[in-house]
Amino acid sequence: MSVLSVEKVAVGYSETLIIKELSVKIPEQQITSIIGPNGCGKSTLLKAIARVLKAEKGAVYLDGQKIQQWKTKDVAKKMAILPQSSDTPTGLTVFELVSYGRFPHQSGFKGMKKEDYEYIHWAIEVTGLEDLKEKSVDALSGGQRQRVWIAMALAQDTEILILDEPTTFLDMAHQLEVLLLLEKLNKEQNRTIVMVLHDLNHASRFSHNILAMKDGALVVEGTPEVMMTKSNLKTVFDIDAHLTTCPFSNHPICLSYNLCTH
Amino acid sequence: MSVLQMKLKEETKRSRPVMGVVTLVIGMVALFFSVGLSISYGAADIQLHTVWQAIFTYDQTLTTHQIIHDIRFPRVLGAAIVGACFAVAGALIQGITRNPLGDPGLLGLSAGAAFMLAICFAFFPGMKYIYLVLFSFLGASIGAGMVYGVGSLARGGLTPMRLVLAGAAVTALLTALSEGIAIYFNIGQELAFWSAGGVSGTTWFNLKILTPFVFAGFIGAILLSKSITLLSLGDEIAVGLGQKTGVIKFFGAIIVLVLAGAAVSIVGAVGFVGLMVPHITRFIVGHDYRWIIPVSIVLGALFVVLADLGARVINPPHETPIGALIALIGVPFFLYLSRKGGKTI
Repeated sequence: MSVLSVEKVAVGYSETLIIKELSVKIPEQQITSIIGPNGCGKSTLLKAIARVLKAEKGAVYLDGQKIQQWKTKDVAKKMAILPQSSDTPTGLTVFELVSYGRFPHQSGFKGMKKEDYEYIHWAIEVTGLEDLKEKSVDALSGGQRQRVWIAMALAQDTEILILDEPTTFLDMAHQLEVLLLLEKLNKEQNRTIVMVLHDLNHASRFSHNILAMKDGALVVEGTPEVMMTKSNLKTVFDIDAHLTTCPFSNHPICLSYNLCTH
Repeated sequence: MSVLQMKLKEETKRSRPVMGVVTLVIGMVALFFSVGLSISYGAADIQLHTVWQAIFTYDQTLTTHQIIHDIRFPRVLGAAIVGACFAVAGALIQGITRNPLGDPGLLGLSAGAAFMLAICFAFFPGMKYIYLVLFSFLGASIGAGMVYGVGSLARGGLTPMRLVLAGAAVTALLTALSEGIAIYFNIGQELAFWSAGGVSGTTWFNLKILTPFVFAGFIGAILLSKSITLLSLGDEIAVGLGQKTGVIKFFGAIIVLVLAGAAVSIVGAVGFVGLMVPHITRFIVGHDYRWIIPVSIVLGALFVVLADLGARVINPPHETPIGALIALIGVPFFLYLSRKGGKTI
């Protein structure tokens, strides 16, 4: 199994450092969610882990070796990334787009092998896209499209899945659908999942481990029970939260809240 | 047969490569006949079978054979090369920058190359063609660099529209400078002949010098094609799939500059070929650049060969400037694409 860890990483865009120094271990075979207010550096951290952004200082380690020292194609066999918003190219069918997930496993100009087709079919099936696979991706609804991108990441067949706000722009049912799928992948296939989530209750319900960030720093880290306390939510989001227990997961969730300044 | 095997068969049967092969074959046949037709048409009427003879059993003593060999054949080959170069350059720009309005003419590359050539004509008259070509590459890089620079000055980064606006501004500036140089150094006639004359001035000598660059460019583009497809899905996706995006962009840019520079050194700053052909190609063969690139080569060549023929047929014995003729088709196409909001990549 692959182990990811972030050690003393400083990272940002061009001149501005968003994260000054952050260290964290991503527990393997678990679901880890990153939460925090807008602009706190959640996505930046995720991009650093995903090697989309290079750390100015420190490094991200995959199996004990700096991620930049890996061959990028070998990383892609261990770790798949779903960016926040992906414009969809027109004229690609669902099947075609999902099949690009096999890129790291192919070499040169060779076509797809039987194994590649099997993974693509599995990814399409598990995301419930069987009936849509001939459709053009741009003709799909937001929820369906998100499932296509997830299917592409699944076709990559990696132990680690990294997702940046996989539920944004989806309605409530579709949000849950995506999260239940991720939960299933984690439970049945032991995949490590790291994602940025906006919805605290989703994070609490589906995660083993929550990383709460504020102003580019890791503020709280721990299980939903550890993280979801009145005082933590005040520190991280500046909200006065009323907590209760999720009837489905028995994890703490936020029933309603007020601003602390109120 | 298991369900899975049946599905597999279904997929291989119905995939895009079929359309790709069909288009390539039809395109090449059409190109072959257009070339023949283009050679036979002109001030001196020449039969098609004479064209065939002149090419395959060349007889130096016959005037018609000489006309074909020395004037018409290089001209039509020039047209084909120009078309293929612009089309592939456009396809690469569109794929790498994810900009549906990508075109060497629209993004200042052609104006840059033309500007450099004006400088060469003014300051180094009688410069060797090989150096002209190299300066043309340099000019294309300058044009591209200026557009990129102006475009990224704006807040919010390089959107397709912003790049095109920057391209228009830089093109206007460089064209004005070229014209200024032409007037001041009294080389207007030379320049006008070269840029308005289209592909008519192409010689075997030009072709001999350009061919290695052009073929290297095509081979490079085909080698990069799979990576371009991934890049066209977005940088983050490409990185996630294990693509070395920086390397691909660097080599892609070099190929674009070489192809655009080579084409401009023959025909001048003709726009829209690089815009239209890749879009039409994508419409036929889908989104896979392993098909888009080769099909663009054939369709680009076909398009400019026909445009050159058209330029001679419209108002004989005068030649309509090929750039104007192509713009006549290209502008509505451009408007159509920008109206669609650029969601075509």
